[in-house]
Amino acid sequence: MNKSVFLGALTVVGMAAGVASAATLDDVKSRGTLNCGVSTGLVGFAAPNTSGEWEGFDVDLCRAVAAAVLGDPTAVEFVPTTPKTRFTALSSGEVDMLARNTTWTFSRDNDLKLEFTGINYYDGQGFMVPTELGVSSAKDLDGATVCIQTGTTTELNLADYFRANNISYEPVPIETNAEAQQQYLAGACDVYTTDASGLAATRATFENPDDHVLLPEIISKEPLGPLVRHGDNEWGDVIRWTLNALISAEELGVTSANVGEIGESSNNPEIKRLLGTEGELGAMLGLDPNWAQQAITAGGNYGEIFEKNIGENTPIGLSRGLNAQWTDGGLLYSPPFR
Amino acid sequence: MTAMSDAPTQSFRLSMLLYDTRYRGYTIQFIVILFVVLAVGYLVSNLFANLAEQGVVLTYDFLEQPAGYDINQTLIEYNNQSSHLRASVVGALNTLLVAAMACVLATILGVFAGILRLSNNWLVAKLMAIYVEAFRNVPVLIWIIIINTVVTSVGSSPRVFLTRGGSVEPESSLFLGMFAFTNRGLYIPSIGLGSGWLVVLLAFVAGILGFFAWRSYVKKKLFQEGSLLPAWPAWAILFGPVILAMVLLPGALTILRPDVASNNFNIQDGVLLGRPLLALWLALSIYTGAFIAENVRAGILAISKGQTEAAAALGLRPGRIMNLVILPQALRVIIPPLISQYLNITKNSSLAIAVGYADITATLGGITLNQTGRAIECVLLLMLFYLTISLSISALMNVYNNSVRLKER
Repeated sequence: MNKSVFLGALTVVGMAAGVASAATLDDVKSRGTLNCGVSTGLVGFAAPNTSGEWEGFDVDLCRAVAAAVLGDPTAVEFVPTTPKTRFTALSSGEVDMLARNTTWTFSRDNDLKLEFTGINYYDGQGFMVPTELGVSSAKDLDGATVCIQTGTTTELNLADYFRANNISYEPVPIETNAEAQQQYLAGACDVYTTDASGLAATRATFENPDDHVLLPEIISKEPLGPLVRHGDNEWGDVIRWTLNALISAEELGVTSANVGEIGESSNNPEIKRLLGTEGELGAMLGLDPNWAQQAITAGGNYGEIFEKNIGENTPIGLSRGLNAQWTDGGLLYSPPFR
Repeated sequence: MTAMSDAPTQSFRLSMLLYDTRYRGYTIQFIVILFVVLAVGYLVSNLFANLAEQGVVLTYDFLEQPAGYDINQTLIEYNNQSSHLRASVVGALNTLLVAAMACVLATILGVFAGILRLSNNWLVAKLMAIYVEAFRNVPVLIWIIIINTVVTSVGSSPRVFLTRGGSVEPESSLFLGMFAFTNRGLYIPSIGLGSGWLVVLLAFVAGILGFFAWRSYVKKKLFQEGSLLPAWPAWAILFGPVILAMVLLPGALTILRPDVASNNFNIQDGVLLGRPLLALWLALSIYTGAFIAENVRAGILAISKGQTEAAAALGLRPGRIMNLVILPQALRVIIPPLISQYLNITKNSSLAIAVGYADITATLGGITLNQTGRAIECVLLLMLFYLTISLSISALMNVYNNSVRLKER
């Protein structure tokens, strides 16, 4: 009984403290940099380039947020996290947001007390095998040894898929994508499974990408998106609407090339509201009126970011597929800026 | 304090707590304990406050939930619908397996290397010195990774052994039709139990009991009558019954060869000593073996040379001098440090995660922790597990140490 009183008192104290420390937006502004958790290195999504600068699809989202909040796309401190360490890094306050191919699931949202602020890539889990194995379907993988990144949703999907199809496999748990790549190439496992985008990115770095084939089966829904801590709605809104601004910009034809003048020259009121030449949307978020303009200037709109990092003209060569605008038959659908 | 002008009395005054050497010790201890309690209390309340702030409550309910993931080496029945608790037990058994295997092999290696390092043969002594110094002075994690990498790159893919249902001529055939060394580990035959296996098991147990009974009979005869019986009947008693039972019941135990025909990716059946297990077992054994070798050497050197000379003067051969005179005395010196080496092996086995071996740190402290997000609960359970195992090993070895230590009369 004493213990529960003790815990109850602590809960009250803790809640008071929680409210006081929730203002991540103010913290970021006063610090002057955004701490963004990214993956430890997945080419196209988040990896340092030859001159040591981080670049990629997820990296550009971090830069857009930094530009919207601080006006400077380079004011980002990138923190590499493994699948195992990412949530702890976010919960403990080490990073302000995570943008690292993280699947939005019910339990992560509710049980781990995280808040997903949208979806920036609709993905699904696939399999990669050496071409010489002559496998054409995942259903032929009975008895295969499978390399898998531990601590991910793919680990659970894999178990479900093989169980549902009543075939067996041998899991080889691995910590990072780089390690998995090495084990797979050394032949320690027959198959590597992760999100299809990750497989494409990994295969692009191989010496002979054509010796490896992605199987047609996509065994899960993997909506990847940025996430923040639970309970700080203002900060969550900043990330959510920065992503929506990038998506809307593509839909409205706002690009990094015309973002400077289209706010004045356009007659479309939504473009004017988005870019802050009309209305007070920036102030509602607690940001400058030109926040979205800054975000779009940083790396372009969603389509530009996609094409630059992972699009069909890059070594990774992903097509838009589900990640096209809803007007083009995809799933990208930003709520209106009104 | 008010009685300063009074004549000194023997009664207790508060200032004596500080100035009287009889009580000062207690005062200091009390203050230190108070600080320790306050510090621990602060850390615990900080933990609970932070947990409350994040809206997290400590609970072990998740252990009942289905784990949802698969494990590549399971000693007990397990599938991905089993509970997190069962996954933890699978991990715990894997930890105990590799720790037990490594303790045995490290002891054997250590005793041999320790004795041989004292050999009069220059080459043997120097080789053992090189072994000890090389392995003792490189971190065990490096050895684990080295062995893992060597197995991965030296071993061939299991596919070269496969016949794919008889449709393909394999590039390699199994060694003796039973063994295959691949980059996934070592495939060895398993033993199938037919009818009558219980009889064979009982015969084996009977052989062991008979062996010890015979030994005590030989000892008794030696001490009472001074006549030493030959050694061979002991081995006959040990192996006779089990061989007889296997001849009489031919179907009781069968050898199941690894199956290269039924699958397109891996060898089936048989027992796979997986690459992670091999890497962890060998690395822990040779690393800790080097430490044990030094313990053994120290133990032997602690016995005065006069003992050896006296035994030699009595006409004992060198082997018997070691077994009957030196080692029994040296054990008293060897066993206490040996305990801590066994504890080190058990604790170092948590490095399993580096090569994907499914020990308890990988299941409970790795995948379960990740998938449930219950970090504090999982880590507390892990600490409890390692603490229990370590204290149990300590207790068992202390019992053994008490039985061999110098009896003071």
